[in-house]
Amino acid sequence: MPESQRPFGLHPVHAIILAFPIALFAGALVSDITYLNTAEIQWSNFAAWLITFGMIFGSVALLWAIITFVRRRQTPYRGRALTYLVLLAVMWVAGLVNAFQHSGDAWSSVGTFGLVLSIISAACALAAGWLAYSVPGTEVTR
Amino acid sequence: MNLKALAAATAVLVLAACGDGDQGLDQTGPNPELPEIKERLVPAMNIATPAEWGDDLPTVPQGFTITPFATNLKIPRQMLVLPNGDVLVAEGTGGSAPALRPKDVIAGIIKAEGKTSVEGGNRITLLRDANGDGVAEVQTVFIDGLNAPYGLAMVGSNIYVANQDALLEFDYQEGQTQITTAGRVVTKLPSEINHHWTKALTASPDGSMLYVGIGSNSNASERGMMAEQDRAVIWEIDRLTGAHRAYAEGIRNPTALAFHPETGALWAAVNERDEIGPELVPDYITSVRDGGFYGWPYAYWGSNVDPRVRPQRPDLVSRTIVPDYALGSHVATLGLAFVAGNGFSPQHANGAFVGMHGSWNRQNLAGYKVVWIPFSGGRPTGKPQDFVSGFLTDDGNARGRPVGVAIDPINNALLVADDLSNAVWRIAPATRAPAPASTPATSG
Repeated sequence: MPESQRPFGLHPVHAIILAFPIALFAGALVSDITYLNTAEIQWSNFAAWLITFGMIFGSVALLWAIITFVRRRQTPYRGRALTYLVLLAVMWVAGLVNAFQHSGDAWSSVGTFGLVLSIISAACALAAGWLAYSVPGTEVTR
Repeated sequence: MNLKALAAATAVLVLAACGDGDQGLDQTGPNPELPEIKERLVPAMNIATPAEWGDDLPTVPQGFTITPFATNLKIPRQMLVLPNGDVLVAEGTGGSAPALRPKDVIAGIIKAEGKTSVEGGNRITLLRDANGDGVAEVQTVFIDGLNAPYGLAMVGSNIYVANQDALLEFDYQEGQTQITTAGRVVTKLPSEINHHWTKALTASPDGSMLYVGIGSNSNASERGMMAEQDRAVIWEIDRLTGAHRAYAEGIRNPTALAFHPETGALWAAVNERDEIGPELVPDYITSVRDGGFYGWPYAYWGSNVDPRVRPQRPDLVSRTIVPDYALGSHVATLGLAFVAGNGFSPQHANGAFVGMHGSWNRQNLAGYKVVWIPFSGGRPTGKPQDFVSGFLTDDGNARGRPVGVAIDPINNALLVADDLSNAVWRIAPATRAPAPASTPATSG
């Protein structure tokens, strides 16, 4: 199937990689909320690692999304590919800032700012997943 | 275009790391100017890169000489001058704080850049300068097999060594250059995690009590308050029984302890917290009140609340004692030695020398010197004056980092341990120094 007619869907490897930031950023958000409710520092430590690994897998997913967009920019799937890319980009930028925020000490590792960033990253990751997984067919369909 | 946005966002983060809002406030003396708390996404880290001395020496005022008393040590920290003029120097590095967050991994790598590559000695070295030329010709291992020794004290014929995990007692006879018998454990010391591992030590003037400074297990409670049991305290330890009690609390990192020779008051050099701005919080020296609470982690410099600490403790904030004398933020005061009685020199008759290891948490490097603080009646009376400097090069590299300071009352010299160039420096008034080379004992 020519590039222009392939539906917008993810390569299985891409899909597996995307699953990580979805789970990790969502987990970070839950950890942050728990920290703010309990002031038990270990929850903030959990969130810091979840964000870090969310960024590692999220970076791969973002790169892949950029490539997908470049390849699909002339196809009817341009809009979807761009939305997917923007969602991952926002997730990634918020995640990067949040990784630094979580290097603060005690309450400053989360606070209101960290919570907002965690919400943004988790929401973008979930939305990107919704978009990517709700389309039939995959990148490998030929 | 999104790539551009990403690149721009990254650039903003990088730029945020430069320029830390240093206002050049006067932060020395009893009433330091304190700015608003300024937290940043990326903590300011500027670590002076190690450099060589070459043929240079640290700078001392006119009328004083400086010599490398000992070199090739293995991370010298605190010193003790024995009655016969021999000098003991504790060498080593401690701490076993595990990396709990990605930050711990990264900060550890960066901070290692500013440290010596030599491995800590875990020993005490004896230095003897019998011919009085300002250089110790005897340099022997006095006690080996220690565990990150730091504080040293002497009472009667006993020498006390504060390892990072225990206070040890050794029998000593004058003139001895080596102790091979195992030390007696006076008491174990808190050593879990040991984020701040150094155990400062001094003895009460009557010799009945020993005082040990035990630093906090975190910068500002970020390991949780469970980790702070028996931390950020000064212990008073009965020398004979080993029984202890907390003499003062909330005293973040008391890295040097000394009794004032006139008043008999216990003084501490204390390192305050990081990462709330280049000019917060000033490190200080203070007389230590029995039962006093000095704020950590809830408050600093009196009742200024640290918002990072939750749950907050207004009851403890209101109890917080204001320290006596600030020395500047992030200077890292590690050494404290008093001068009284006959004085060190006419200009240094009564006061204290304070060694400053130097900063990492601000762009403008601070500390990296030894200062003199004039005292009268047991209280500081003026601004700190640079006494030993020149540890930093013009381009901001460090050739040395002062730690402990000690007065040799017999030869009237100031000794400064330097854990970067692994040396002990000796400073003496030029006019009163014994003439070198002409001493009969050294001829030939």
